[in-house]
Amino acid sequence: MSRIPPSHLDAAAVNRGLRGRVAIAGAATYGCGEAPGMDDMTLLVRAAQAAVADAGLTMQDIDGLATCSVNASMWPMPVIEHLGINPTYVDGTMIGGSSFIAHLLPAIRALEAGQCKAVLVCYGSAQRSATFGRKESIAARRFLDPQPYEFPYEPVLPVTAYALAAARHMHEFGTTRRQLAEVAVAARAWAQKNPEAFMRDPLSIDEVLAARPIASPLTVRDCCLVTDGGGAIVLTRAERARDLPRPPVYVLGNATAVWHRQISCMPDLTTTAAAQSGAQAFAMAGMRAADMDMAQVYDAFTINTILFLEDLGFCAKGEGGAFVQDGGIAPGGRLAVNTNGGGLSCVHPGMYGIFALIEAVRQLRGEAGARQLPIHRTAVVHGNGGTLSSQSTAILGTFDTL
Amino acid sequence: MQMSAQTHYQAELDAGRFCIQQCPACERHVFAPRELCPHCGAGGLRWVRASGLGTVYSTSTIARKQDAGGNHNVALIDLDEGVRMMSRVEGLVPEAVTIGLRVQAHVGQKDGRGLVLFTPVAQGGAA
Repeated sequence: MSRIPPSHLDAAAVNRGLRGRVAIAGAATYGCGEAPGMDDMTLLVRAAQAAVADAGLTMQDIDGLATCSVNASMWPMPVIEHLGINPTYVDGTMIGGSSFIAHLLPAIRALEAGQCKAVLVCYGSAQRSATFGRKESIAARRFLDPQPYEFPYEPVLPVTAYALAAARHMHEFGTTRRQLAEVAVAARAWAQKNPEAFMRDPLSIDEVLAARPIASPLTVRDCCLVTDGGGAIVLTRAERARDLPRPPVYVLGNATAVWHRQISCMPDLTTTAAAQSGAQAFAMAGMRAADMDMAQVYDAFTINTILFLEDLGFCAKGEGGAFVQDGGIAPGGRLAVNTNGGGLSCVHPGMYGIFALIEAVRQLRGEAGARQLPIHRTAVVHGNGGTLSSQSTAILGTFDTL
Repeated sequence: MQMSAQTHYQAELDAGRFCIQQCPACERHVFAPRELCPHCGAGGLRWVRASGLGTVYSTSTIARKQDAGGNHNVALIDLDEGVRMMSRVEGLVPEAVTIGLRVQAHVGQKDGRGLVLFTPVAQGGAA
C-alpha cells in the first residue's frame, strides 16, 4: 500500500463524477467450454450478437468498440469488419486478461462525452479447439513478445510466475497448500451449480493436493482451465439503459494499475497492483470491500484469489489463506467469490476478464439460477493480466446503489 | 557501435562477465537492463560487475518429463546489490532449493550463449 502515492487517489477522485453514469445494458456468452469447429472470431461475433440483442439494440446501434486478442495485435479491425459496424470510438488496449475490465473507464468517458452512444466490449477465443491454439500461440509469443531475462531459465509461463508468488506467500505468511486447494474446491462447488461450467465433477482438497504437479507448490488443479468461449457486454449511458429492456447494471467505479511485465520485475510478489486499482475503484464508487455482496476475481491460479481478496481489502495482507479456509468462499461461506466457478472450473479461454463481468451482471440482475445469491446489489469484479502484471478493478451495482 | 541494454548485457555474459547497471544519479543498481533508472528517471546507466552474491527470494520446481530433462528449478534471486533476477540454482536437487538460501553466481552457457546461474554458498559463506 505504501507504494501508492496519494496523488493516485486524487486521480480516482477526478472520476467520482462518472460514478453510475454508465450501465451495462446487455451481456452474453457463447460457446463456453468446448466449441469444436469454431474460431476466435466466430465465438466473439456470436457472443456480441447475443449481447446486443440482450440490450434490446441492433448491431447498427453499436458505435463504440473495445476488444483485444492474445494472437492479433490489430484485432479491432477484423472485428469491425465482421460485425459490420462503423464505430466512432475504438479501444484495442491489450494488457492481458484484465483488458476488458480496463476497457470500462475509457468507454465511460467516451459515452459521457457524447463521442458514442453504445460501446460493445467483446472477446472470443477457441484456444482449446482451434488448430492455432494455446501451444502455438505461446510459441509465437516467444518471438513476438520476448522476455530475454526469463526465457533462458525455461520457466513455463505463466504458471511458474504464479508458483513463485504462491511459494513466497506461503513463506511469509504461513499460507498452506490446503488453503490454496480450498480456492479450487470452492470454485468447483460453485461450478456444480452452473450448467455453463466446464468442469462440474466433485473435487476434494486431497484430490487437488494429489493432482499432477505443474510448478511447485501448484498442481494442475491449482491452474485455470483451457477452454473455448466468447463473451460480450454492451455499455450505454445510464439514462438510456433505463429505457432498454434489461435491468441496468451500473458501473460505480473502475481503475487500472500496472507495475511490471516480467515476474522477476514485480516489486513484492505478495502484494499486487490490485491494491492500487482496488483502492482507486472503491474511491470512485465511494464504497469499501465490506459493502460488496460478492467478488468475481480473476482466478487464473488458486493463489490469485487469495492475493486479490487481500489486496482488495476483504482481509488483511497475509490472512487470505485463513479467509478462504473451511469453505470461506464456497457456497454458504463468508463471501461469495467466483459464483460461476471462475477460471478454475467454469471457463478460461486465454483471457477471463469479460466472463467475470458477465457473471456479476447475471448475479446483479438475479438471473443466476441455482447459484443466485439472495442479496445481490453490489459486486467487485477484478481482472488480472500477464504474470500478476496488470490489474483492473470494477465496482458494479444495481439501481438501489446509485 | 551503439548497443541496446539487452545486447550489451548478453555480450558481457558471452564473454563470461556478469554485469548489471548502476544509476549515475541516485547510485542504485538496476536489473533487468534498461535505458532509464526506474527509481529516479536518469539516463546513462553504467555497467558494473555484479558481486554475484545473493539470496533466494522465491523458488519453484518445474515438473518436466524425464526424457525432456526431468524436473528443474526456477528461482528469483535477490542480489546483494538490491536487484532481483530470475535464474536457476544448481548443485542440489530442485526440491532442495529453499527461500533464504545464500547463493553465488557464475556464468554458464546455454545454446552457445552466456547465462547467469547460481550455486549454494559453501557453509561459512564466501563474502
